[in-house]
Amino acid sequence: MNRNRVWTIANYVLLSVAALLFIAPVLFMVAGSFKPEARVLSDMDSWRALLPGGAGLQNYRDVFARIPFGRYLWNSALINGLIVGLGLFVNALAGYALARLQWRGRDVMLAVVLALLIIPFEAIAVPLFYQLSALGWRNDYAVQVFPFVANPLAIYLFYSFFLGLPRELEEAARVDGAGILRTFFVIVIPNAKPVFATVAIVSFLLYWGMYLWPLLMTVDDAVRPLPLAIATFYTLPPVQWGDILAFGVMMVLPVLVIFIAFQPWFVRGVTTTGLKG
Amino acid sequence: MNKAAPRSEQSIAWLFMAPALLGLAVFILMPFLLAIALSFTNVRMGSPLPVEWVGWREYARLVSDAGFGRALFNNLLFAAVVVPVQTLAALGLALWLNRPLRGRVVFRTLFFMPVVFPLSLIAVVWILIYSPDANGLMNHGLDILTLGHWQPRDFLHDPHWALPAIMLTSMWQGAGLQMVVLLAALQAIPGELYEAAAIDGAKSWQRFRHVTLPQLRNALVFVVIVTTILAFRVFDQVRIMTQGGPENHSATVVFAAVRAAFDRSQVARGMAMSVVFFVIVLAVTVAQRKLLKQTRS
Repeated sequence: MNRNRVWTIANYVLLSVAALLFIAPVLFMVAGSFKPEARVLSDMDSWRALLPGGAGLQNYRDVFARIPFGRYLWNSALINGLIVGLGLFVNALAGYALARLQWRGRDVMLAVVLALLIIPFEAIAVPLFYQLSALGWRNDYAVQVFPFVANPLAIYLFYSFFLGLPRELEEAARVDGAGILRTFFVIVIPNAKPVFATVAIVSFLLYWGMYLWPLLMTVDDAVRPLPLAIATFYTLPPVQWGDILAFGVMMVLPVLVIFIAFQPWFVRGVTTTGLKG
Repeated sequence: MNKAAPRSEQSIAWLFMAPALLGLAVFILMPFLLAIALSFTNVRMGSPLPVEWVGWREYARLVSDAGFGRALFNNLLFAAVVVPVQTLAALGLALWLNRPLRGRVVFRTLFFMPVVFPLSLIAVVWILIYSPDANGLMNHGLDILTLGHWQPRDFLHDPHWALPAIMLTSMWQGAGLQMVVLLAALQAIPGELYEAAAIDGAKSWQRFRHVTLPQLRNALVFVVIVTTILAFRVFDQVRIMTQGGPENHSATVVFAAVRAAFDRSQVARGMAMSVVFFVIVLAVTVAQRKLLKQTRS
């Protein structure tokens, strides 16, 4: 009993130390966003690096004074919402076809998806820029959304999870006379919440910080997303680290909210959603 | 596999694939084919010269380009270190958090925190951590750990330390994501399997070996393959933290390709680098998949 308690406490201490290693740089950033400029760097060498204070909300007020933050935030939210929403639908369908349906060409298609996964976006940004500019397509929301809807990584993630999903429920539904479409929408999707949550979070993260593409394709603040705004803080002297950190905190908050909102889906794995027995 | 699938299943499968195929073809495959074509030309951004075919010229130049060789070597080294270390760390964290534990959600959120931050911000914070000053967080920490035997150094401008420094930042940033994927898979393992194993008197190591690992196989293969590909694609950290320096000691292939195409307007050369990169990573991925096959249940 006593040994058990020691073990439990040791476990929590270790977990907390590991967690601290993971969030120390994050704490540094949050703390710095509440400090006057001079202290952001000078506090680096001690515990004070992780403790906020001194400037109140001044850095945050500076951010709103220097850029139309609300506009950028709305643009980012709209672009990412569309990419993630459309992407979940399109990529889940493809992942399911690759994992579960019987059709000619499936294995070749899987190999193609994996091969496309290798291509870094940076490598095709220039030719894609040529390609879309030739069509005169630029400087709107759509050009920032459609290139990223179909995503090999998301397809492969769905594929991997559908492979591991027990077949019994689908077979039962099929025996009861449900077609493939009905089986997919009524049986598979409700049992695949963890993978939908994972893909939603991963793609949201992937695109929330996207910089290169909007820089190439847009010119108006009216359609530009948040990451482009950070350049304002570097290019308009003087460089204010406090402002940059405050901007960073505000940029990250929505992603954190999304992650926390999807948390319950993660926890409630397949085990507790009706696959028992 | 049932070859005699009904015709309707064939057409529904293509229907399911169609939207994704359209997107992949127009926005990834076509520009990639265009990249291959451009790599055989003399195209430069903003150049007055007419564009013409020059055959394998850019590829021939790459063969004798020591900087490109260095970038390739760095990529291989990066993947060889980051993939196993980061995967094992993520697996360890996922298993740790998959036990009955108060506050699991809190810890999971904390471990995931670095993933949430865009690399452009993360990199800036790590530049400050790697500060050459003896009081910089990393130098100071190592000084304490070695009981004062540490000579402070300028990690990001030191030929021996620049690449390892980027590796550490990358692993710190990426482990949380793999952990979440593995944890989601762990949560999906039916509890009955463990109950059955417990009734059979399996010890915890045996339960891990004979229940957890086989059930985790597909997710683990996924994590290893994706981490390998992402490790080869490493770019943002290099761009922001070291610009490939000192003297290409921390350059990677994607960084070199982007530097050529964007910063130096040598579009053709950048495209040739991208094509070589694609062929190499494709070979590695094919080999990996041969070794680690995912199983259909």
